[in-house]
Amino acid sequence: MLWQPSTIAAVATPLGAGGLGVIRISGPQAIQTAQAIFSPAGGRALSQSPGYTAHYGRLHDADGDFDEAVATVFRAPRSYTGEDVVELSCHGGLYLVQRTLRAALDHGAQLAGPGEFTKRAYLNGKMSLAQAESVMDLIGAAGQQAARAALAGRDGVLSRRIDQIADTLVDLAAHLAAWNDYPDEDMESVEPGPLAACLRESLSACQALLDGYDAGRILREGVDTAIIGRPNVGKSTLMNLLAGTQKSIVTDIPGTTRDIVEETVRAGEVTLRLADTAGIRDTDDPVEQAGVDLARKRLASAQLILVVLDRSEPLGQEDLALLSGLQGRPAIAVLNKSDLPPQWEESSLHGLVSRTVEISARTGEGAQSLVDAIAQLLHLSGIDPAAPLLANERQRACLQSSAAALEEALQAVDAGVTLDAVTVCLDEAIRPLLELTGRKVSDTVVDAVFAQFCVGK
Amino acid sequence: METYEAQSYDIAVIGAGHAGVEAALAAARLGARTVLFTISLDGLANMPCNPSIGGTAKGHLVREIDALGGQMGKAADATFIQSRMLNRGKGPAVHSLRVQADRQRYHMYMKHVVELQENLDLKQAEIVEIRTRDGRVSAVVTHLGAIHPVKAAILCTGTFLRGRIFVGDVSYESGPDGLHASTRLSASLEALGLPLRRFKTGTPARVHRASIDFSQLEPQPGDDPITPFSFETETPLHNQAICHIAYTNEQTHEVIRQNIHRSPLYGGKIEGIGPRYCPSIEDKVVRFADKPRHQIFVEPMGLDTEEIYLQGMSSSLPEDVQIAFYRTIRGFSQVKVMRSAYAIEYDTVDPLALKPSLECKAVPGLYGAGQFNGTSGYEEAAAQGLMAGINAARACQGKDPVVLARSSSYIGTLIDDLVTKGCSDPYRMMTSRSEYRLLLRQDNADARLAPLGYEIGLISQERYQKFLHKQQLIQQEVARVERTVVPPSPALNELLVSRETSAIATGFRLGELIRRPQISYLDLAPFDPQRPDLPAAVTEEVEILLKYEGYIKKQQLEVEQMQRLESKLLPEDADYAAITGLRLEAAEKLGRVRPRSVGQASRISGVSPADISVLMIWLERREQGGQDHD
Repeated sequence: MLWQPSTIAAVATPLGAGGLGVIRISGPQAIQTAQAIFSPAGGRALSQSPGYTAHYGRLHDADGDFDEAVATVFRAPRSYTGEDVVELSCHGGLYLVQRTLRAALDHGAQLAGPGEFTKRAYLNGKMSLAQAESVMDLIGAAGQQAARAALAGRDGVLSRRIDQIADTLVDLAAHLAAWNDYPDEDMESVEPGPLAACLRESLSACQALLDGYDAGRILREGVDTAIIGRPNVGKSTLMNLLAGTQKSIVTDIPGTTRDIVEETVRAGEVTLRLADTAGIRDTDDPVEQAGVDLARKRLASAQLILVVLDRSEPLGQEDLALLSGLQGRPAIAVLNKSDLPPQWEESSLHGLVSRTVEISARTGEGAQSLVDAIAQLLHLSGIDPAAPLLANERQRACLQSSAAALEEALQAVDAGVTLDAVTVCLDEAIRPLLELTGRKVSDTVVDAVFAQFCVGK
Repeated sequence: METYEAQSYDIAVIGAGHAGVEAALAAARLGARTVLFTISLDGLANMPCNPSIGGTAKGHLVREIDALGGQMGKAADATFIQSRMLNRGKGPAVHSLRVQADRQRYHMYMKHVVELQENLDLKQAEIVEIRTRDGRVSAVVTHLGAIHPVKAAILCTGTFLRGRIFVGDVSYESGPDGLHASTRLSASLEALGLPLRRFKTGTPARVHRASIDFSQLEPQPGDDPITPFSFETETPLHNQAICHIAYTNEQTHEVIRQNIHRSPLYGGKIEGIGPRYCPSIEDKVVRFADKPRHQIFVEPMGLDTEEIYLQGMSSSLPEDVQIAFYRTIRGFSQVKVMRSAYAIEYDTVDPLALKPSLECKAVPGLYGAGQFNGTSGYEEAAAQGLMAGINAARACQGKDPVVLARSSSYIGTLIDDLVTKGCSDPYRMMTSRSEYRLLLRQDNADARLAPLGYEIGLISQERYQKFLHKQQLIQQEVARVERTVVPPSPALNELLVSRETSAIATGFRLGELIRRPQISYLDLAPFDPQRPDLPAAVTEEVEILLKYEGYIKKQQLEVEQMQRLESKLLPEDADYAAITGLRLEAAEKLGRVRPRSVGQASRISGVSPADISVLMIWLERREQGGQDHD
């Protein structure tokens, strides 16, 4: 949006795997916004804290606490942007970082535009002219990129869906405008009943997209992925390879992984929600059995299954049983320990699994082939390209404000408020939708009036 | 042509239609020595099309003109023959006043006002040339060779500028209503670098009253009581005429379809772009083929004539076709046409060549208003005339121009639209053009603009004091109903329940009850013994302020946000091509429009939020003198 001294927030670290994620909030309300989503363990409120201090505490949103984090407070003008700034360092991975950002946006922050922190730094005199010049290039480039992306996105399912909603509302606004602007014309009057019905329909369309955003974790938060295999074939090592960190307990004793450890990683274009499940086998240990049960459940709902097989050991009955249970599922056989001499041929798996990848989870060799195989597989199955999904926070924010304005319009209609007030809400609902598609609201409505209604002076 | 040096003026206004009259009166009233030229004194403030003032959004414009000290509202109040407040049931934002005016009396009224105005000369002459010295306007030349030295000129040429009339395959040079066209001025304007283009408009036939069977038509009476246009009109007003409604039918449409090839529009003879909002009857029949009928308003042209205007039936079809289709209409089988319908094509400037002050960017001292700027409608013209007159006079006096914000008025919205977005067909004001409809109501035009009118110098001290008094009464009454508690009573609850709103069990503030959509201020009079006796204009305002408080606040918030950008002024000489980071398209558009503020820049199509960010940085850097901060 246009520059104004609002409070902005964005993820400051690259999205994807990583030990830490940083959300930066800057602006006059930065500290209040952070305070609304972060409870310091020490009990001292952020608003009472001086600049250059760090505070350990917990992040929370409407659903409760969701992560531990460190909040670093910077007081204006001693910060990157020259404004009040809070940086929240939470655990890494797309999910937590996005959730933190979303909490901040829900508490008054606006999503930062491209280069916006840097721009503010310049405007507040924190940066030299030369530096600023390069920022302008950056913003210009980002704008062009966004424009290109918007253009490309026009063909997308989501744009079409949003266009549909917007068009319905524009038609409604045009009808109201024509009815208001040409009262003497021989025109169908606008009755509260059909008006409310149309508003309600658009509202539920917005709501469905918003719900899709919450439910559809596929694109945003990743594909549910199960890593399965006999104990000690290297599942945890594979997961650690993908995640780039030590998360699971890795030992040589079979059954050391007892809980499902989740990790969100980026595999090329696809985000995976990895679950390193306990080895699936029958056991007397009740604790381990609980882990095994959980793993079976997880396996049943997974959108991607990585079956880890130890190539340095002979192919066992247990391996073959696992594979035969995966007929028709989106599975990849990961032939691990390629750094050791192989004990069997890849052709032994013929007819059991369609995709195989050789890898050494320990050395990292073959990781790229796995990433490629995953991308290919997911393209063929799993994701439903026909379902429109909101791709990012900006789109969600737009839909959200649209839905809020529609609710207000409905309330106004129900209360019997005159239609001129209803159209104020209607315009407010259309504007964010058209912002997504780059059209402008009042011109669009006026054009629709002339296109659809036969009106004379 | 022999020429001679004639009297000098501060300002010459070229054209005495609705734009020219307001421009000349405003300039003269602000102390500029002004001359108003017209091709015919008998065509001053003429209504060559509909004899009506106001209508949706146009009524708002008239009230705004009045609040700033213009003349149109007073003229309409003095010469109307029927008045209606349109959209009464649809909420205060879209209430719009519209009157049928007596065309001759309106002209006579305005002519007399102009003749009596101090500092203002009225002359019948065609201006054929604008002269400049050092790029600035220096003189205007008449067709008889008089050279009048001037500091500024305001072009209010309407449809006269290279006007050409079309009726079927007949076409000829002409201005409106049989007046001759202005044929030589365009070349002079083009030589000055103004980008001219062709627009067209049309008008229906005038027919004889006695040839219509009114028993076949629906009558449409006026309002009682009547709301005046001018905030200064205090005498009660009365309707003197009745209008009627008729309808076209399948037979009418069939006659038109059969003869559509004889239309100069469909035959490609007319190149000018017509108004989308006011299509000809043949346009309506072709574009909206599924509509079984179209409405026609049958409106008297005045009290001293039998001429009747047929609103909604403009056409450029040949005369024989016109007669044939008019006679298919119920009640019109014997109709006698007195003036035939015609289309008229004329020269107009691309308004992107204008500044928000309405001065031409390329020629200092040269202003435009009305149809010359690409608009259509008497009210749109008058609004621009007023602003051009004010700004030309201020420029002569070394003062800054007055530029009205979109959030202040429809006048501001109109001019901002023109100079920011341009127009591809004749521009008509509509309430849907404003994003601040609930703030820009016709009832509060004085609250929005009278203080500015006073500051500019077009509102008298006496009127301003009355205005302040009215505002005080409004505030006091709002405060009173907000604190006055009414106890529950059987009578009150009976009223509430009968209006389908909930009864009250405890005392309620009056303000809260008025906020209920089902209850009016007037309804509560019996339960409000302390109620003072207030004028209707005051109680109407009180009621709207209370009922729409939430929505009004919402829009005020939007205004405040936009205000930050509107107050960031861009330098007139900005070299947008040299600004790093601006996209090519944006730089080109910005260079062409030359927006006055970042806010205006943000409304140009093709300028993205990212471009606006770049502009902000560039502006900030410039203001800081390009200093580094290391």
